[in-house]
Amino acid sequence: MAKYIGKRLVYMLLSLWMIVTATFFFMRIAPGNPFASEKKLPPEIEANLNAHFGLDKPWYAQYWEYLVRIVNWDFGPSFKYKSQTVNDLINEGFPVSFLLGMEAIFIAVAVGVLLGIIAALKHNRWPDYTAMIVAVLGISVPSFIMASFLQYFLAIKMGIFPVARWESFMHSVLPAVALASTPMAFIARLTRSSMLEVLANDYIKTAKSKGLSRGVITVKHTIRNALLPVVTYMGPLTAGILTGSFVIERIFGIPGLGAHFVTSINNRDYTVIMGVTVFYSILLLVSILLVDIAYGIIDPRIKLAGGKKGE
Amino acid sequence: MQISKDKFKLVGTQLGEAEKISKPSLSFWKDVFIRFRKNKLALFGLVLLGLLIFMAIFGPYMTPYDYASNDLSNKNQPPSSEHWFGTDDLGRDVFARTWEGARISIFIGVAAAVIDLIIGVLWGGIAGYKGGRTDEGMMRFADILYGVPYLLLVILLMVVLGQGLSTMIIAMSITGWINMSRIVRGQVLSLKNQEYVLAAKTLGANTSRIMGKHLIPNSMGPILVTMTLTIPSAIFTEAFLSFIGLGLTPPIASWGTMANDGLPAMRYYPWRLFFPATFICLTIFAFNVVGDGLRDALDPRMRK
Amino acid sequence: MEKLLEVKNLEVSFQTYGGTVKAVRGVSFDLHKGETLAIVGESGSGKSVTSQSIMKLIPMPPGRISGGQILLNGEDIVPKTEKQMEKIRGKEISMIFQDPMTSLNPTMRVGNQIMEVLIKHQNMTKTDGKNRAIELLRLVGIPMPEKRVNQYPHEFSGGMRQRAMIAIALAANPKLLIADEPTTALDVTIQAQILELMKDLQNKMDTSIIFITHDLGVVANVADRVAVMYAGQIVEMGTVDEIFYDPRHPYTWGLLASMPSLENDDKAELAAIPGTPPDLTNPPKGDAFAARNQYALAIDFEEEPPMFQISETHFAKTWLLHPDAPQVEPPEAVKRRMRQLSSTFEKPVLVKEGK
Repeated sequence: MAKYIGKRLVYMLLSLWMIVTATFFFMRIAPGNPFASEKKLPPEIEANLNAHFGLDKPWYAQYWEYLVRIVNWDFGPSFKYKSQTVNDLINEGFPVSFLLGMEAIFIAVAVGVLLGIIAALKHNRWPDYTAMIVAVLGISVPSFIMASFLQYFLAIKMGIFPVARWESFMHSVLPAVALASTPMAFIARLTRSSMLEVLANDYIKTAKSKGLSRGVITVKHTIRNALLPVVTYMGPLTAGILTGSFVIERIFGIPGLGAHFVTSINNRDYTVIMGVTVFYSILLLVSILLVDIAYGIIDPRIKLAGGKKGE
Repeated sequence: MQISKDKFKLVGTQLGEAEKISKPSLSFWKDVFIRFRKNKLALFGLVLLGLLIFMAIFGPYMTPYDYASNDLSNKNQPPSSEHWFGTDDLGRDVFARTWEGARISIFIGVAAAVIDLIIGVLWGGIAGYKGGRTDEGMMRFADILYGVPYLLLVILLMVVLGQGLSTMIIAMSITGWINMSRIVRGQVLSLKNQEYVLAAKTLGANTSRIMGKHLIPNSMGPILVTMTLTIPSAIFTEAFLSFIGLGLTPPIASWGTMANDGLPAMRYYPWRLFFPATFICLTIFAFNVVGDGLRDALDPRMRK
Repeated sequence: MEKLLEVKNLEVSFQTYGGTVKAVRGVSFDLHKGETLAIVGESGSGKSVTSQSIMKLIPMPPGRISGGQILLNGEDIVPKTEKQMEKIRGKEISMIFQDPMTSLNPTMRVGNQIMEVLIKHQNMTKTDGKNRAIELLRLVGIPMPEKRVNQYPHEFSGGMRQRAMIAIALAANPKLLIADEPTTALDVTIQAQILELMKDLQNKMDTSIIFITHDLGVVANVADRVAVMYAGQIVEMGTVDEIFYDPRHPYTWGLLASMPSLENDDKAELAAIPGTPPDLTNPPKGDAFAARNQYALAIDFEEEPPMFQISETHFAKTWLLHPDAPQVEPPEAVKRRMRQLSSTFEKPVLVKEGK
């Protein structure tokens, strides 16, 4: 088990290191970047950058500084706004995005799993077909298009929900649903195929031969085993919701980190882009690591891998 | 009940009858095609795809208007007999732009899939065939690269490389090939130990011949499925980048840029968003459904 | 000896894309208390389907029992509902399967899997259930049962898993145990141990066993009576002695002849039965075995043979036993083993419908 976690941790750190290094070098070669010495920068900004990166030092020293700062959770100053740091932006925007994201994850998992289970139990009957068509649509409609669609019909035309901003629970419904639509579809499909696979397994027959009731077999044997692969999807799920938030927040005017990130991209605020990218990467990679660990705990075959084997 | 004595003559085995194969033998791909056909959803998707491609090719010719010409006196017109899909805020015909956009979006999808294919086949093929340390090293590298969040990397690259068609395709392909390489490697690993490879080797075939003539053609199935499913993902990514402001620059009309332009005007001129958005969804849907159908048709476990 | 189970003319078919497959086409047999009946046959002969039908474990959408009766202690279970069957499964009849690795839930502790049966059928509490589970593991010969009871299936070896399955099957003291090729997936040495265990437990608990296998060596070891199945029908049935020493059906001859034996001289070829079993979507006219049968008669291709009775306990479904049939010699390997058995009738008797 420790070996399992250790391996994942190492991979994670390597991927993270790659991103950090990539952002560092990319920002130096991007057109109009702050490290190109020709362009004259406003003095306060230059001072900020110098303080953080040490602009007159050789690149490898700057790189080292950069790494050290990141480990210390300091993502640097903004390139465009002299009194803002990336940390400010993160502290301001992330709590909002986090809330939105959690709502979306909850919807995606709860509805997705439910749909998948129903579809599998009513295999090849109409609930199955309906659920699967809904799922294919969910996968085919990008979240931002779903968002526009929901906004147009349910907010603008029918007025059931507020159109934009982040002021109440009702404000969060449409964006959360839009964000959740595609992952929910994936989860539904995954749950369904996992259930069907488990149902075809011999141990389900064994359970039946013991005289257990259908309900007990479904819950204790089928669902418990079928949900294992769904847990592994939580990693990509987080990634999808995170990147989805960029556009959803913009469409609904939500002041989250995603919206700030998109603004910084449009402004070519390079240091903010770098900083937020690194922050997001840390977030994602850590989530994936946590999911992997959780899976390792839940699945007894992995928990005890490398442990004592039967005689 | 009396039975005549001659019925009890010893006759012996009649294996000719028993051994006769009751169904005609089919070539592999014919069999796959038949199974694909049985999947109504996939068939529907294929037809839809055909229509979309047809319109992508011929659509722009169906209207006298072209995708780039402005006509400011006619801006933001709703759909009419003149302009079937209406006009945008520069008076351009949305119908023409939609089908030009179709060409671009589909082109991006296919280009990304092809590049993924080339890199993936080379990478996975070599790793699988060589095996051992080479394989381990190559796939470990791929694993670490795979851990890098895809869209973030694409965004970074677009910022750095600048906006444009070729930079977009490059950015998409930077980690897209990893999936393909895993599939190819898996196929090569399972096939390389099969007997006909051994036979080819004893007849003196060298590595590239073995790969080219035996291994790759037999891996075509999963490769085709992966490609079919890469295209909608690329179309999605293109639309996504447009919505972030990293899309293609005007006057190029990709579906993503059109949808992005149409978004702020959604309340008053919804057709500007509606048409590109709908076709994005339909195209992604069609490719997904065809890809799924192909995958199911190839799956030996589903043989009836 | 009372009859525990009576199967009368069982017919089971499956709806598939290719058509309706008649997997079991009129199977009848009895089982007495405490006895072991072996059902032998190739893959596709219908032996597994028959046994699973006894517990109505066949998935009923594609499959259905299209005819016949299954009398358990005199009561027909074919019309019983699922809810009613739940009281029978695990309690009156239980089953062990071929592959113990896939037959056990990989994410549930072995002890819990045993306890499920106890809690359901004997209303035990968790504590009592656990203790009984430990006892059962000890009974089936698993060392350190107190530790093992908390472990997961993948921590057990193949033989141990099968023992655990036996423990699960016997937990509620069923009257009938159906063993579907329980030793096929195991090493030969472990096979012997499992068979010993089963015989031992049978003695202790007076359970009847239906033992399904394609291995005649195992049959000789455990069975009291044997039923030979081919293409969904029982073609010959009798005591172990009768089947081994006085087989009458050409298919049985083929099976016995294809068994390698230490007595065979090394120049003799291993006789295999040529050809493959028929497609049961369209069962052939007449005797299903005819095409592969070197002793086939003209009538075998036209009319299904009736069942002939050779002794109180010995039956065979072949035209060769008809008074007008020619005398044939079974293959060398079979002849060598043949003996005259005292219980045999003077002449085989045609059995009228209804048996």
